Amino acid sequence: MTVLDIRNLSVSYATPRGELKALREVSMTVPERSIVGIVGESGCGKSTLISAIIRLMAPNAQVGAGSVAFQGDDLLTLADAQMRALRGTEISMVFQDPMQTHNPVLTVGRQMMDIQYRDALSKAEKRKRAADMLALVGIPDAQARLNQYPFEFSGGMRQRIAIAMALMAKPSLLIADEPTTALDATLEVQIIKRLRELQDDIGCSILFISHHLGVIAELCDEVVVMYAGEVVEAGSVRDVFHSPAHPYTRALLECDPGHIKEKTRNLPTIPGSIPDMVNLPGGCIFADRCPMRFEACATRPAMAEARTGHKAACHLIKVEETA
Amino acid sequence: MLSYIVRRIGLAALITVLAVTALFLIVHMIPGDPVSTMLGPRATPEMRAALETRMGLDRPLIVQIGLFFANMLHGDLGMDVFSNRPVTDIVLGQVPHTLALILFSITWSAALGIALGCYSAVNRNSLGDRLTGILSVSVIAVPAFVVALYSLLIFAVKLQWFPAIGAGEAGDWGDQFHHLVLPSLAIGLSWVGYIARLVRASMLEVMGEGHIRTARAFGLPERRIIFGYALRMAILPTVTVIGVGMGFLLSAAVFTEIVFSRPGLGKLVIDSITTRNYPVVMGSVLFSTLIFVASTTLADIINAILDPRIRAGK
Amino acid sequence: MSDASLPKRRSELGEILYHLVRDPLGLAGLVIVMLILASAIFAPLIAPYDPIALNVPDRLQGPSAAHLMGTDQLGRDTFSRVIWGGRVALQVALPTIGGAIFFGLLLGMIAGYGPKWLDNLIVLVFDTIRSFPTVMFALAVVALVGPSLNTVIVVIMVTSIPTYGRVVRTLTQSLKEAEFITAEKSLGASTPRIMAVHILPNVLGPLAVLAAMDIPTVVGLEAGLSFLGMGVKPPTPSWGSLLNDGYNLIRNTPWLIIAGGIPLILTTIGFTFLGEALRDVVDPKLRGKGGK
Repeated sequence: MTVLDIRNLSVSYATPRGELKALREVSMTVPERSIVGIVGESGCGKSTLISAIIRLMAPNAQVGAGSVAFQGDDLLTLADAQMRALRGTEISMVFQDPMQTHNPVLTVGRQMMDIQYRDALSKAEKRKRAADMLALVGIPDAQARLNQYPFEFSGGMRQRIAIAMALMAKPSLLIADEPTTALDATLEVQIIKRLRELQDDIGCSILFISHHLGVIAELCDEVVVMYAGEVVEAGSVRDVFHSPAHPYTRALLECDPGHIKEKTRNLPTIPGSIPDMVNLPGGCIFADRCPMRFEACATRPAMAEARTGHKAACHLIKVEETA
Repeated sequence: MLSYIVRRIGLAALITVLAVTALFLIVHMIPGDPVSTMLGPRATPEMRAALETRMGLDRPLIVQIGLFFANMLHGDLGMDVFSNRPVTDIVLGQVPHTLALILFSITWSAALGIALGCYSAVNRNSLGDRLTGILSVSVIAVPAFVVALYSLLIFAVKLQWFPAIGAGEAGDWGDQFHHLVLPSLAIGLSWVGYIARLVRASMLEVMGEGHIRTARAFGLPERRIIFGYALRMAILPTVTVIGVGMGFLLSAAVFTEIVFSRPGLGKLVIDSITTRNYPVVMGSVLFSTLIFVASTTLADIINAILDPRIRAGK
Repeated sequence: MSDASLPKRRSELGEILYHLVRDPLGLAGLVIVMLILASAIFAPLIAPYDPIALNVPDRLQGPSAAHLMGTDQLGRDTFSRVIWGGRVALQVALPTIGGAIFFGLLLGMIAGYGPKWLDNLIVLVFDTIRSFPTVMFALAVVALVGPSLNTVIVVIMVTSIPTYGRVVRTLTQSLKEAEFITAEKSLGASTPRIMAVHILPNVLGPLAVLAAMDIPTVVGLEAGLSFLGMGVKPPTPSWGSLLNDGYNLIRNTPWLIIAGGIPLILTTIGFTFLGEALRDVVDPKLRGKGGK
């Protein structure tokens, strides 16, 4: 059963310059008990996608078309109250900046108990649940630390607290928005490891956004590659990273510092920049920067299957198949 | 927590000492002999002799200051030139009236200001917000005594809705309240505007911060988010502002008491100046300074209670 | 990076004015302030009568064609007294604020840039001055020395110094750590030079905003003291003394209070609008946010 099934989702923002089409016909799925990664550079639409799923969008955002089916129900059609009932219970989030995630003047314990407000438990029971969760994410002396304020914790620990809060209600889907970007490499490894253990225990699905390819490769089962508001490739981590089907993915992998095998003075980059999303050029979104573009690229490619379970939006795939 | 309170009170004590010393020095810097300065032209020779002994005017300046403080700590601020009653008693008799007026004014104006500011922040750029904004900015700087005079003119003299003079019958709460309305309007009006804008700006800043987004992502009800999380933080600057504003409040109270002929420190000071009853003038100034220092200290301590980051020194 | 593609920049002042007139409240404030300044400067030309000329037979008249705002208890033309009162207000406000800015700048820069012990000392002095409720303190000094224009100016100036000093100090402290200062120091720039050439210009903007917002307070204070009889001496017309006359005659005529209050309200509103708009312009952080 799929936990999340996004079909043809289009979201745009009303800006003074015009309509900024941030997401265009984005489709992807998150199966049960799996970890799906979304990878892409800044401006690819990851944040818009998340805010659309959890329906906490900016005031000038408009959903053009599409559906976001969570366990069968289209989230976009739910009433506000119904949506709010899902947040923090079935769907929860961990954000990018651990220093900003918590209310600075309330104790961690108070905040962790606040989010349990729907549960008919006694205060002591809620507290115990919070303490247990903190222990689970590796915070020592949990009972005592519930009385402390966020500023008394380091960044890494605050992120663990955020994960504890997100998983406390045993959600079906955890959305993690670049949770380790603000942390140093050693912390990142620890948190990823802990996250995987917890996911295994609880049995939830995780939607993991990052621009760090190594972490995605380490943690995720499947990966979706996004570029400038579109999904350009999707498949298992093994397929996508070992045999990338889309030129953009290939370029990304080549540019990843962890990937480079020979010593070099110049790090490779992808020439050009992301297109203007108010005035879009027609055709394939990556055509401008693609070394392999040809005439067919003037029309937008549909998602073609490179192999089972591995799709990419590139005309070249069809070409290969007919070859 | 305790160490913070102790440090803060220590600082307050230091500032009080300096302020009182400054007052003392000013009196002595005025040309002419200090006794005339302090007692004014109404002093009898006996009074002058008594004051000279009490202040030790033939002793070195340091000793004089020391004596002054020693007397002050005993509650002895000298004697009234006319009735020979202790200044301390006279001043203390009037302080409650002024404090009652000030506290009443700041309570309703802060409550209204916070409510308006909160509403403006949550309904940003709505008609209500814009209107409140313009009105707030307009009233902020209008002097209290101008408001007092206009409200006296319109509501007391012309429309006769409220009394023009005095504080009302002692013991009759209704009458006293009736007498409080216009004076507290004069004092509180500019504060409503000031606090409304402060809370609005504060709320907008807090609502844009990450932890509010987290609270929403966890499905907390909007009401809890606005009041329990956002307002809780946005209120902090208000506490400090009121504490520091006590100085302005005292000044405004002086004018208001004059305009509405209410008993209080203001009336006491003005009457004393007119009658050249200088010890009372000095005593009143000293007292109001003490009240001011106490209120800023209290505000800082309340702030530390509400915001744990301050206690930790962050 | 070439500048050739950038449009020609307006001067700093032009830039400020440009943004100011686009803000409706700022424009209103600017217009009001200009009016007040103009009427004060050109008082001899605008006022129809001599403000201290007695005309007792015509006393306590209401507004008429001959006397726009009526007359007071000695028959003097109220409107003329209002116009000339503006002069007094400015005569107090400008030296007061000018002096407060001067000393505030001096002490604030020293406190912000100099050694820690000096900073602590200056801050302590500031805090001590600020611990006196202003009006009480002014009354005490006036009681001792006697009412006069100069007393009022000195007292208000001294009590205002900490306001400016603190702002200057905070700005200086943050600028002190800025890289361009370190660069200048490494090039051998002396301390006075750094303070004058580098720190001062950055401090002037916020100071201007502060001054604009402070003028209503100072004008109000002078009016208040005059109202209590502790400010300017009669027969000099001050808005405050107008209000005092009005207060004494409140049952006879409302016009003196109305006439005395209007210029005060206009002044405070005008300068506050102007100050708020200036702040939005001077503080670049707010410029992009679009809204107060």
